[in-house]
Amino acid sequence: MKNLVALLSLLLLSFGVAASESVELQKAHIDLSNNASLQRGAKHFVTYCLGCHSIKHIRYLRIALDTGVDQKMMLKDIAPEGASIYDQLHSAMNKHDAEKWFGTQPPDLSLIARSRGADWIYSYLKSYYIDPKSPRGVNNLVFEDTAMPNPLWQLQGEQYAEPKKTIWGEYTKLVLKERGTLSEGEFDMFVNDLVNFLVYVSEPVQLERQRIGKYVIFFIFMFTVVAYLLKKEYWKDVD
Amino acid sequence: MKRSRITECNEWILKRFPLAKLWNEHMTHYYAPKNFNFWYFFGSLALLVLVNQILTGIFLTMNYKPDAKLAFDSVEYIMRDVNWGWLIRYMHSTGSSAFFIVVYLHMFRGLLYGSFKHPRELIWIFGMLLFVALMAEAFMGYLLPWGQMSYWGAQVIISLFSAIPVIGDDLSLWLRGDYVVSDATLNRFFAFHVIAVPLALVMLVFLHIVALHEVGSNNPDGIEIKERKDPWGHPIDGIPFHPYYTVKDLVGVGVFLLFFATVIFYMPEMGGYFLEHANFIPADPMKTPEHIAPVWYFTPFYAILRAIPDKFAGVIGMGGAIVVLFLLPWLDRSPVKSIRYRGGIYKKALCLFVISFLALGYLGTQPATPTATVFARIFTTIYFGFFMLMPIYTRWEKTKPVPTRLTKAHSLEEQLHTLEEQLPALIEEITEVKKPAGDEIGHAAFKSSFFTRRPRPKGIINVISRLAKKAKGSLD
Repeated sequence: MKNLVALLSLLLLSFGVAASESVELQKAHIDLSNNASLQRGAKHFVTYCLGCHSIKHIRYLRIALDTGVDQKMMLKDIAPEGASIYDQLHSAMNKHDAEKWFGTQPPDLSLIARSRGADWIYSYLKSYYIDPKSPRGVNNLVFEDTAMPNPLWQLQGEQYAEPKKTIWGEYTKLVLKERGTLSEGEFDMFVNDLVNFLVYVSEPVQLERQRIGKYVIFFIFMFTVVAYLLKKEYWKDVD
Repeated sequence: MKRSRITECNEWILKRFPLAKLWNEHMTHYYAPKNFNFWYFFGSLALLVLVNQILTGIFLTMNYKPDAKLAFDSVEYIMRDVNWGWLIRYMHSTGSSAFFIVVYLHMFRGLLYGSFKHPRELIWIFGMLLFVALMAEAFMGYLLPWGQMSYWGAQVIISLFSAIPVIGDDLSLWLRGDYVVSDATLNRFFAFHVIAVPLALVMLVFLHIVALHEVGSNNPDGIEIKERKDPWGHPIDGIPFHPYYTVKDLVGVGVFLLFFATVIFYMPEMGGYFLEHANFIPADPMKTPEHIAPVWYFTPFYAILRAIPDKFAGVIGMGGAIVVLFLLPWLDRSPVKSIRYRGGIYKKALCLFVISFLALGYLGTQPATPTATVFARIFTTIYFGFFMLMPIYTRWEKTKPVPTRLTKAHSLEEQLHTLEEQLPALIEEITEVKKPAGDEIGHAAFKSSFFTRRPRPKGIINVISRLAKKAKGSLD
C-alpha cells in the first residue's frame, strides 16, 4: 500500500513538471452580457479580421438580435458596404489568393474560441514581436512561426522580445519599444472586446441556455421532491 | 350493466394479445429483493439514457448531413439555426458520456455483489455484449461531427485492425471503404450508428431483461430470495417491482436528471472531456493533431493499448481487457456472491482493480511520456492480474457466514438520523472551547457554539485514525 501511494505521488509530480513548459496565457475578461463590448468586438472583427477570416456560422441578423443593435445600424455601422442583414460573415478573400500569399488558408473563426479558448486568442493577439529572422518580420510568442502577420500592429505599436533571467529560470519578455495609435490599456480593451465577440460567436446560445437552465433544474428538483415523497408513502409498510 | 365501448375495445385486444399477462409477469408480479441500495439505480438509468439517445438521435438525423463536405457545418447548423437544436445536440452528446458513467457503475455493482455468478451468467454475457455494442455505437457516433478528433480518432482505431497478421490491411480497408477515413467511412458509420447498432442494442436490452426476470434479481446480500417463499408462492424477502421499485427508480431518475441538466445547461463541454476542444476544428486529412486521445470512456483501454510495446500485442491486450470480462462468471470460484461476506483478499483486489482502471483512464488522456508508459504498464498488469489470478485467490478466500434472510437496508432518513445523533459528540471531539480572552462583548449568537470553538489537532488525528482503522477493517 505504501509503495502504491509513493508511486501515485510520483506520477502526479511527473505530470506537473511536464505541464509547466508552455507559455503562460493572459486572462481575457469574458462578459457576454456586455452588449457594448460585443458590438465593439463585431465592428473590430469586420474592420481588422474579416478581410481574411470568415465566421460563416453566424449572420449579421443574429448578431444584431443578440447584441441589441438595430438592424439598420448594424448594416450602416458594423457590416461592410453592400452586405445584406441575412448574410453570413464570409471573407472576400478567395482560397487561391490566400494559398499564394500566406501559404495556407486563413481558418474560419466561428469556433476558434471553443477550440483554442478565449485566453489563448487574447494572449496570441497580444504576443507579436519584431523578429528579423522570420520571413514576415514578425513572430509570435504563443504560436511560433505563425503564418498570420500582425493585423493590429498600427494600434499596438512594435514589440521586441527580450530574454529575462530570474531565479526560477529564463523566460522571454515582450517590451513595447514604439507606441501605436492606442495606449496599452486601450489596446488591451480592444483585443478583449474582439475576444469577447469571438466567444459569443462560437456559441451564440450560451446566455440563453444559462438562463433556461435555472428553470429546468428547479423543475427537476421539485419533481425529485414529489417523487421522493411518493416513494416514502409507498414504502412505509415495507420493513 | 351496460358495457362501455372502451371496455369492449379492451377485451377485444386482451383476447388477442397478452398485455395484462406481460404487465403482471414483468411488473406487478415480478418480485425483487427489498433491500436494493444506491447501486441498483443504474440499470433503470441506463434504460432512461438509451431512450434519451434514441429520441434525441431521431431529431438530430433530421438535420444532420452524413457527407464529408457538409457534416461539420450541418452540426453547427443544428447548434445555431435549428430551433432548440443546441438542446437536442447537447442532450445527445452529454447522454453518450452519461451512458458510460451509468453503465460503468452498473457493471461495478455486478462486481460488488457477484451479480454475474451462478445462476446469472447469461445476464452478464448479454450485459457484456451490450457493453461492446455500446462501445461500437459510441465510436461510430463520434466520427459523425467530422471534427479533427473524430477523424483522427477513427483513423487511429481503424488502423489498429491493420496490425492483425495476414488479413489486417485488407480488413481495415474493408472497414473504411477507402485507404483513409473518408466520405465512404462517414456514410457507413452513419448507417451503423443510426440503424444497425441501435437495433442490436435494443434487442440485447430485451434479452438482458428477459434473462434477468427468469432467474430474478440479485441483491446486496447475494442471497437467492426465491429459496424462501410464503404460502402463496411469493418470495418472503421480495416485493413487487411495480409499484415499489418504479416509484423508487423515479427518485433515482430525478437525481440523475439534476446532474444531467446541470451539465447540459452549464458545462456541456465538461472541460473538454465530453466535447473535446480539438473537435471544434473541421476534419483535415492533411493535418495530424499533435495529441490524439479518444473520449474519456475509451481511455482505460487506449492506455492498455499504448502500454504494450508491440502494436499487435497491444491490440490483443486491448481486446483481451474486454474479453476477460466475459469470462468473469467462470474465473470467480468463491462460493459467496456478495462482497459483504467475501474474504478480505477479494475486497483488496477489487480496490486495486478500481484504482488501476481509473489510473489507466487518466493515463489514456495524457501524452505517452516514458514515465506515463511505465505507470500504464504497472496498472495494466494489475488490471489483468485481477482477472487472471481470480481463480486462485477466490478459491482460498476466507468467507463469512451468509445469512438466510436479507439484512435490512438503512433508509436515507435513518442514516441522516444516526449522523445527527453522532454529530455533537464528533464536534466535541474535534474542537475545543477557546479560552476566554478577557471580557468578550458580542452578540449571544456569536458566543453560542461555532465561533467560540477552535479545532483540536489531537481529536482530529484520533477521528482520522479511527476512520482509517474502520476502512482497514472493512477490507478484511
